[in-house]
Amino acid sequence: MFTGETLENMVIKVENVKMNFNLSKEKTDNLKEYFIKFIKRELHSYPFQALKDISFEVYKGDKFGIVGLNGAGKSTLLKLIAGVMKPTAGNIWVKGSMVPLLEMGAGFDQDYTGRENIFLKGALLGYSRRFLEEKFDEIVEFSELEDFIDVPLKNYSSGMKARLAFSIATMVEPEILIVDEVLAVGDAKFRQKSREKMNSLLNEDATVLFVSHSTQQVREICNRAIWLHKGELITEGPVDEVCDAYEKFIQ
Amino acid sequence: MSGMVTGHRFLYNFRKYKFLLYQLVSRDIKIKYRKSVLGIFWSFLEPLLTMIVLTIIFSTLFKGYGVENYPVYLLTGRLMFTFFSGGTTAAMRSIRGSASIIKTVYVPKYIYSLSAILSNFVTFLLSLVVLFLVMAVTNAPFTIYIIFTSLPIVALLFFTIGVGLIVATINVFFRDIEHLYGVLMTLLMYATPIFYPPSIVPASFRFIQDYNPIFAVINCCRSAFVYGELYDPYQLLFALVSAAVAMIVGLALFYKYQDKFILHL
Repeated sequence: MFTGETLENMVIKVENVKMNFNLSKEKTDNLKEYFIKFIKRELHSYPFQALKDISFEVYKGDKFGIVGLNGAGKSTLLKLIAGVMKPTAGNIWVKGSMVPLLEMGAGFDQDYTGRENIFLKGALLGYSRRFLEEKFDEIVEFSELEDFIDVPLKNYSSGMKARLAFSIATMVEPEILIVDEVLAVGDAKFRQKSREKMNSLLNEDATVLFVSHSTQQVREICNRAIWLHKGELITEGPVDEVCDAYEKFIQ
Repeated sequence: MSGMVTGHRFLYNFRKYKFLLYQLVSRDIKIKYRKSVLGIFWSFLEPLLTMIVLTIIFSTLFKGYGVENYPVYLLTGRLMFTFFSGGTTAAMRSIRGSASIIKTVYVPKYIYSLSAILSNFVTFLLSLVVLFLVMAVTNAPFTIYIIFTSLPIVALLFFTIGVGLIVATINVFFRDIEHLYGVLMTLLMYATPIFYPPSIVPASFRFIQDYNPIFAVINCCRSAFVYGELYDPYQLLFALVSAAVAMIVGLALFYKYQDKFILHL
């Protein structure tokens, strides 16, 4: 439910954010090469601006779309908002609990059972033991892994892993949801279920940041959007306006 | 408020991520023992077998140098050193090993290094059971001073955390440090009087022992475990100061470069 653009309702504020990367021709990740290149004076790196002075605000209940071509800086922006990267300049302010639905299988231990992984991954996402114990049955039931929950993850099929990851990540009601493409995992039956779960998460009061190549999905889900191109914010506004402009540009 | 969490929120973070730290430490320990057939007994058996072999070979040789109870003498040194080298090596790999999760979820990164060291510390504490067992069998003195060894052991823990943070940071930028560090640990192992008495080293090379914080800790513990005496307070002081210096350097280096980790993972 979008509740208006007031200061109290602001949940994300991105202010004059710049992100520079130092790209070197070849990656130097060991001491030996570093010294050789240092002696040969080959340690050049080229500054690359992934984001150039980006500012926008997201309000409570907003479904906020980010569109742009590959390399536009969409993922970098999401990582900055998720707090896993720090901007070179500018400020990012976030209010409320946040769950990133990106690479949901990250943080699993292959030697751990499904049960143990629920607690491990839950702890990584910042949940308490009590909360996870409460939600445990719900997670297992949704993932349909009742018979395999005490089997080590290395014996799971990739579909089973995806089901478990999806169930843990979406079994909470975060205030801010970060979504990179719409996730639908597993076999046809589970795919349908996960899509419904996603839709219910997207339709609730949560604020959603949604990144996609597909303007169709963005139009379906979002009410506002920005268009990034080569690190610059081209337009910001109601979703249809932004998507129209972006589609026109692609053609 | 996960967006702008910085260094000075250390304590707040620590409370918030206590459950995660517990999860990571117990994961390391559980997996380690689940992978071996003998389970937890392996961490008892391994130092015990090494001790038996080395005792057979060296105990008569070093009797003349004032080493009374060779099994206890050896075991004390070995367990301490194994914790230091195992803990720092695990910490060194901790950041690279958690790359995929570091890229998706914000968690204070020191948690990964700290948990790697703490799980080694738990294994170390468990292996002290072997030490007490061998002490009982060899009629070593059980005195009140054994309780006092907790101080040098805490110093060793913090020294290990400090060094662990330093090598964890370096390893993100230079991954060949893993091989160098392995060689360095072997050299340090031989340079530290673990299986030989300190007096066999020529006087001109004694500085290697005098400025070795790990040896200071080993010395303190040997006073209690082997000789039933209180340790030299200066040895403890040296260990504590070394630990403090390592912690300051480690934290400073880690905090200075942690925002760049993600660009190199």
